[in-house]
Amino acid sequence: MSVLVYTESDKGKFKKNALEAASYAHKVAQEVGGSVTAVTINTEDDATLGNYGVSKVLKVSNGQLDTFNAKAYANVLTQAAQADGAKVIIVSSSADTKFLAPILAAKLSAGYVPNVVAAPESTSPFVVKRTAFSNKGFAHTEISSDVKIIGVSNNAYGIHENGGSANVEDFSPSLSGADFAVKSIEVDKVVGKATIADADIVVSGGRGLKGPENWGMVEELADVLGAATACSKPVSDLGWRPHGEHVGQTGKPVASNLYIAIGISGAIQHLAGVSASKTKVVINNDPEAPFFKAADYGIVGDAFEVVPKLIEKLKEFKAQNA
Amino acid sequence: MKILVCISNVPDTTSKINFTEGDTKFDTNGVQFVINPNDEFGLTRAMWFKEKQSATVHVATVGGPQTEPTIRKALAIGADEAIRVNAEPTDGFFVATQLAEIVKTGGYNLVIAGRESIDYNGGMVPGILATLLDMNFVNTCIGLEVDGTNATATREIDGGKEKLSTSLPLVIGGQKGLVQESDLRIPNMRGIMMARKKVLNVVEPVDVVKHTQDQKFEKPTPKGQVKLVDAENVGELVELLHNEAKVI
Repeated sequence: MSVLVYTESDKGKFKKNALEAASYAHKVAQEVGGSVTAVTINTEDDATLGNYGVSKVLKVSNGQLDTFNAKAYANVLTQAAQADGAKVIIVSSSADTKFLAPILAAKLSAGYVPNVVAAPESTSPFVVKRTAFSNKGFAHTEISSDVKIIGVSNNAYGIHENGGSANVEDFSPSLSGADFAVKSIEVDKVVGKATIADADIVVSGGRGLKGPENWGMVEELADVLGAATACSKPVSDLGWRPHGEHVGQTGKPVASNLYIAIGISGAIQHLAGVSASKTKVVINNDPEAPFFKAADYGIVGDAFEVVPKLIEKLKEFKAQNA
Repeated sequence: MKILVCISNVPDTTSKINFTEGDTKFDTNGVQFVINPNDEFGLTRAMWFKEKQSATVHVATVGGPQTEPTIRKALAIGADEAIRVNAEPTDGFFVATQLAEIVKTGGYNLVIAGRESIDYNGGMVPGILATLLDMNFVNTCIGLEVDGTNATATREIDGGKEKLSTSLPLVIGGQKGLVQESDLRIPNMRGIMMARKKVLNVVEPVDVVKHTQDQKFEKPTPKGQVKLVDAENVGELVELLHNEAKVI
């Protein structure tokens, strides 16, 4: 039996979440006694996927697909799944994948479960653990449809290398004009900076920073750490920072290795959104701030004194460990 | 333009989450239910289309009679009519199939749903709905303009945004950005009075094969005690992050 994985890429290079999805697919294939087929779109180095458990790559090369298009990409995956007889399909949790997965689910009449945080608990019946209630809880969900789609949460299962190799086959799905009825006109994307979705470290500021003019130190701290910057809801509502930086229940979820909250008290909605981060640090002058109950490490102190010192210490640390 | 705004009835964002009946059900005891925030941004944008472009705006939800206060609130905000599909929303495929029936019979050419509900977080209803009906679809939509049958939408992507051109009939999965937080409306007394007289049709569900089922829920394990570092000794934090947490 084939387990299909969509290995997402950016400018021809596989994204971290693609390698995590492939690792997860390998685990599922082991459980159900099958092998992993990856679908790649306009990528290089397809054979390297073997290292993450992929046996076969269906390689799509098509200039029309240089820019992401949810419907067209979902159609590619539908045809690949049918050609390969796939019963389980693994995807990531990126914005693009969450856009295409429901389309794929409808085309294949498949049950789709996103935000899955661990290997399947059983494969007969097929049960997976996922986050629910915006990270305030977990659900154990059974997928009973013939074809199953699993969306793997970022940074939850991890990337596992196993030194295998993959055979690469060209795959040419047929696409029509109708697949491109939603057209990209303009992409406005930060380049050369970590994004909240992919970053290992996220540095976040709250209302305690008093105004947008004080974000210099947040950005400097993020630079030193190679981190993405984020903010709390009030900060984005006040227009101090762009909405794309708002993390929390109604903003973006964060699942980084390290999350540093500066001047954020820790409202329940914020804590829910960042709870998937592995290590949380809080810097706040109010020792009663709820965030101290949800954090691993805390400093009670004035952010305007603590953060510059932290930047200095981190620079020393980087210099020593370079 | 005939707009259907799909509303999900969800626990207020401040709710503490508990489970009951052997952890198989969400415990609604003491929980305040509201319009799903992602849907409310869409509803508010729909009001703009009503006021500026004379659109008709209906709202629909899939849920039992207990969801009616939330539907009435959407009517009080300004929706013209409401439809309730009388069924428990068991999974995203089920809900999307019910809504697809309503869109087909009602002849809507713009469907505004939220990118996900903040309770079960499936994030699949708008995409499945669009695909079942062969309508265009834009997810994580943070901006929408309609001119005749042409639509320009902006969606949030990882690390930025993307502008898209498409046409009606269209389904969007909306979120904050469609309108700002400060644009959200609190129903006034007149709106509330009028909402009582507006049409709320209750329809029975169509049969759908079940794809997924939540069997059990659990809460995250509580966090251990926070390790405090003295503000005068910030270097210790760097040490801990490197040697203990191993994240830098």
